[in-house]
Amino acid sequence: MMGHWIIAPVVLPALVAALMVIALRGNLAGQRLASVACVLGLNGIAAALLWSASLHGPEAYFLGDWPAPFGIVLMLDRLSALMVALLAALALPVVLYAAGSGWDRRGDHFHPLLQFLLMGIAGAFLTGDAFNLFVFFEVLLIASYGLMVHGGGGRRSQAGIQYVAFNLVGSSLFLIALALVYGVTGTLNMADLAVKLPTLPEGDTALIRVAAVMLILVFAIKGALVPLQFWLPGTYANAPGVTAAMFAVMTKVGAYATLRFGTLVFPPDLPATTDLLSTLLLPAALVTLAVGAIGVLGASTLPRLAAFGGIASMGTVFIAISAFTPLTTVAALYYMLHSTLATAVLFLVADLVTRRRAHARLTEAAAPVARSGLIASLYLVAAIAMAGMPPLSGFLGKLLVLQAFRAEAALVWTVILLSSFLMILGFARAGSTLFWKSASIEATVQAHPPEPLAFAATFALIAGLGLLTLFAGPVTDWLATLAQTLDQPGGYIQANRLGKGP
Amino acid sequence: MEALVACIIGALTFTGVYLLLRQRSFPVILGLTFLSYAVNLFLFASGRLAVNAAPIIGRSASYADPLPQALVLTAIVISFGMTAVLMILAIAGNLESGHDRVTLDADDAPSRDDGR
Repeated sequence: MMGHWIIAPVVLPALVAALMVIALRGNLAGQRLASVACVLGLNGIAAALLWSASLHGPEAYFLGDWPAPFGIVLMLDRLSALMVALLAALALPVVLYAAGSGWDRRGDHFHPLLQFLLMGIAGAFLTGDAFNLFVFFEVLLIASYGLMVHGGGGRRSQAGIQYVAFNLVGSSLFLIALALVYGVTGTLNMADLAVKLPTLPEGDTALIRVAAVMLILVFAIKGALVPLQFWLPGTYANAPGVTAAMFAVMTKVGAYATLRFGTLVFPPDLPATTDLLSTLLLPAALVTLAVGAIGVLGASTLPRLAAFGGIASMGTVFIAISAFTPLTTVAALYYMLHSTLATAVLFLVADLVTRRRAHARLTEAAAPVARSGLIASLYLVAAIAMAGMPPLSGFLGKLLVLQAFRAEAALVWTVILLSSFLMILGFARAGSTLFWKSASIEATVQAHPPEPLAFAATFALIAGLGLLTLFAGPVTDWLATLAQTLDQPGGYIQANRLGKGP
Repeated sequence: MEALVACIIGALTFTGVYLLLRQRSFPVILGLTFLSYAVNLFLFASGRLAVNAAPIIGRSASYADPLPQALVLTAIVISFGMTAVLMILAIAGNLESGHDRVTLDADDAPSRDDGR
């Protein structure tokens, strides 16, 4: 049992960030050291949480010792522990890359903002209270605004306004949905909602359906689901590369929240909503995948290509989530683990290329970049992972999704396979412009600092993909148990000790 | 009272959405502010509208639900902070690019250059 450690992933980054702002202002070396130490600590805590969640099952942490439906609870179960571990595992290479590439030198407060972002995302994964989820969404958003415009530039600020405005509208929708839920049920604790919603009077079901759709809209904005994906390409392509890599886990917050609400609060067997979520999510997810794949094929710059690759991977994740059965959940989570790492690798490689290249456009060749061979092979690995080709985990993930949807093969298989083909084409086209056509241009290679740490960070992420491929068997077995607990949320609800007090 | 509050929420939302669809950043920020006012009122009303009822048990015959008030307070603080951030971004964008249009410029999307 983890006790107070459950809140550590939220408190540790918050304290370290505050410390950095107060004590280490302007001291970049100190900030880097504190940031790496904090992320290492976060990894340790996440591993312990993962271990405890696998052994003991769901555990609640009552903030201020207030009993469950009245106070706020943080919930540790396999799903939240897995997401926190994924966050910590991604944060370490990102921090190293930021230090290695000098991105954190281009403006003040990169590391404190990153720690606040980690705090917000970890809180969103851990919380068991719907309003608290909103608060953590805002925490992670406000930190991400800072990271997004890090390093400055008029274009970045313009793209930042779009991003902020879009997300503020999303926050308004979230609050309206929460008000509807509270007005109907009188509670915002997620486990309490799971208990109260099945016994809802007939007259209130319309309101709950409206609230459910609004919540899904909010999570779709976060997860960049079509038709709400417009903010993502502009934001991610204009954000610093290292920030975009960290943002790879931010879209997964939307996927996580959809999975949590779709299995716990609005399960398919709930009379008020039945299969409402699935019928809305599946078509949107299929179109998302198609739009992402076409975007990869037509992208004008490498960061935009990476952004559309991210959209396509979210499409695949949401396709798998939309069924809300244990089998599809396993596929969704495995692909989510893979796509987070793969998207981050692609953004880092895109950053390695664009900082060395004369211009960012993919339509015309430029002089070869420094260390072209190494970067080209990194790009090849990232492209293989994103397109879902063997031998990396993307292939296994897509195979799991295809297998889970054998019943609806005609539609789902067609979209997934065709979009994979389009993505392979897009990646091949971009790669040949970047690395092959440039070889024919007679120009001296621009010298560039070697940045060993940045390359090491990219390799670490690729090693993560390799491990995910090698240990696919044990991972999917573990995920199968997770999917069972999501399907039968009795343990999660009991851990809240509703009405009995802690 | 319910009809009046509902009309106010509706009018605020209408104004907010209308301003949000403008192309300049200042009306967009105003629109978001109106929208957050509407949301705050709506959140407040979710605890049922009650007159002369303190949110404390035992002070009056009936009591108001204290939770929505706490939620509204949180929402106000957050939307206040967000508006400030958006203001700063808008001012920075205006100073650096010389205009305050919310749409991205053509050079942000080179793929569409040919069509214009």
